[in-house]
Amino acid sequence: MLEIKDLYASAGDNPILRGINLKVKAGEVHAVMGPNGSGKSTLAHVLAGRDGFKATAGFALYERKDLLAMAPEIRSREGVFLAFQYPVEIPGVSNKYFLKAAYNSLRKHRGQEETSAGAFLKLVREKAKLVEMDQALVDRPVNEGFSGGEKKRNEILQLAVLEPKLAILDETDSGLDIDALKIVASGINALRSPQRAFIVVTHYQRLLNYIVPDFVHVLVGGRIVKSGGKDLALELEEKGYGWIEEKHGAAIEAA
Amino acid sequence: MIATMTPIVELDWLNQKRGSARSRFEELGFPTVNNEDWRFTDVSPIARTVFAAASSAGRAERFLTAGAGGPLLDASGADYFKAERLPGLPGFSSGLQLVFINGRYAPHLSQLTESDQACAGSLAAWLKNDPDKIQPWLAREGHASAFAALNTAFFSDGAVVYLPKGAQPKEPIRLLFISTPSPEPTAVYPRILIVAESGAGAVVVEEYAGLDGSVCFNNVVAEIELGDNAGLEHYKIQRESPAAFHVASTEVRQGRDSRYVSHSLSWGGSLTRNDVSVLLDAEGAGCSLNGLYMVSGTQLVDNHTKIDHARPHTTSRELYKGVLDGRSRAVFNGTIIVRPNAQKISSVQANRNLLLSEHCRVDTKPEFKIFANDVQCKHGATIGQLSSEAIFYLRSRGIEEQEARRILVYAFMSEMVELIGLRPLRRALRHYV
Repeated sequence: MLEIKDLYASAGDNPILRGINLKVKAGEVHAVMGPNGSGKSTLAHVLAGRDGFKATAGFALYERKDLLAMAPEIRSREGVFLAFQYPVEIPGVSNKYFLKAAYNSLRKHRGQEETSAGAFLKLVREKAKLVEMDQALVDRPVNEGFSGGEKKRNEILQLAVLEPKLAILDETDSGLDIDALKIVASGINALRSPQRAFIVVTHYQRLLNYIVPDFVHVLVGGRIVKSGGKDLALELEEKGYGWIEEKHGAAIEAA
Repeated sequence: MIATMTPIVELDWLNQKRGSARSRFEELGFPTVNNEDWRFTDVSPIARTVFAAASSAGRAERFLTAGAGGPLLDASGADYFKAERLPGLPGFSSGLQLVFINGRYAPHLSQLTESDQACAGSLAAWLKNDPDKIQPWLAREGHASAFAALNTAFFSDGAVVYLPKGAQPKEPIRLLFISTPSPEPTAVYPRILIVAESGAGAVVVEEYAGLDGSVCFNNVVAEIELGDNAGLEHYKIQRESPAAFHVASTEVRQGRDSRYVSHSLSWGGSLTRNDVSVLLDAEGAGCSLNGLYMVSGTQLVDNHTKIDHARPHTTSRELYKGVLDGRSRAVFNGTIIVRPNAQKISSVQANRNLLLSEHCRVDTKPEFKIFANDVQCKHGATIGQLSSEAIFYLRSRGIEEQEARRILVYAFMSEMVELIGLRPLRRALRHYV
């Protein structure tokens, strides 16, 4: 589904990613872990097409198409979804209107009719249950005055409505208490399917107790320095990132 | 420079007021940018244009009903424009409606029943039929502004709404001023008088619309007098042709426990200046001034408001929002005066601006003159741009960039639109913006 090859990228003028290689197949869950500043969020932003983040070398193929050449809205309609670390507040636009505009642009892209108001409301009601989201939040302006947990649940609600093929979760667990984390994780687990892949970007191993990954990659200095199974996450939790940074830091500096 | 129309009736008291207004104007002259009140608004385009008197109502009406491209107004006047000729708001008033073409009352385009005539009609008709009733209110104060003085000197028609004690018309009252194209620039001086006696209340929509191609100078004065416990919901909609000049002065005096709510919406014209002045002249009086302006190209819109808390226990709320694009400019100046004995007043003022291009400019200035010590006053002004974060957020969910911008601009303005109590207008605006 996704193949990233020798990807170099900058945030503004700062080179951050220095040769990322990653293959993700449908149905797989990949965790990308790493210390602060290792490039985890940059990777997520480059894949979603955020302004200011630029690939300088290498490529990313999504379903054999050049992902990095697509506008952000096209990536979304083609099935790539980024759950934001810091979801944006948009006063004056109701969550429902926002979701509907997004859902209809997806349908239009697929050559389908716009959905009726009734059918859409039913869909949202059903999906909101997945993340135990209050109907009142669906009617409120997008993320305005939402708690940290409510914002993250709102991201997963969007994910549930848009049903992407590849979901990238950027630190969806950060800042959540354990109850909120469980709700978000169970929402994500309900959306796992053989057709859908996840890239879970996280600083903490804790999330991976609830969303069990197939693969764990450790990002240090803009490179994946170690890959393994779910046990690698436990090892990181126990030992921290220090040992792995020490081992690979020198090599990266030299490069 | 300014052509005049002969007043329809000769009344000594009125002639006297016109005379002193005329000398007042001669003494003041057109304001220049050296005048603090006009620092950011250069009116020389008005001062140097040669304006003719507006064409006769009959001719203009023929244009409207049989002009090129089909009739603009249907026989009833209810559906008063065709979308392709004058895009904008649909007709919404099934109630009293006074239509003016180039400043002249057009009776058969208006809706005014026999029973309505007790409380509304053209100013010219009232001056002819019942001048004594409006004498106490018309041109009551001498004018501080040159433009207002000019209106008093030269107005020939306009609208009167007179709500007797306790009157509460159910339907909104609509005053519609239409400018039509003419070979040369025309100047009109609409004059509006709204009096609500004790306990009376109404919704009045004052609207200026122009057909493309009309170079028109509308110099408006509206005087509003609210008695004890009276209420007025006042909409002023300015959507004139792109070449129009619009200068308007709205002067409000409020009695005890009266309520004045104004919604000033401006998106037409090349140069617009709105002066709103509210005198809270008795305890318990309160006003809400809401404004929304949307300009682009080289348009200039200038809103000056003045709220005078002359008595204790009076309240004011004010929120003006603007969206600017192209090389447009906006000016906001909000003066709040609290008189020495006006304790326990409460006043909140805000002006928020959204700039869509790098070439537009906003000058915003709140001015508080507080001479009492037990008061609550708050004010704030902001100038900002669309957030690139929010645009990306919407795009990342599949929404086209242009659509994302449109959604965010609407989000900025929606607060003003949702404040509008008049449902058909609110709905029309949701579609328009």
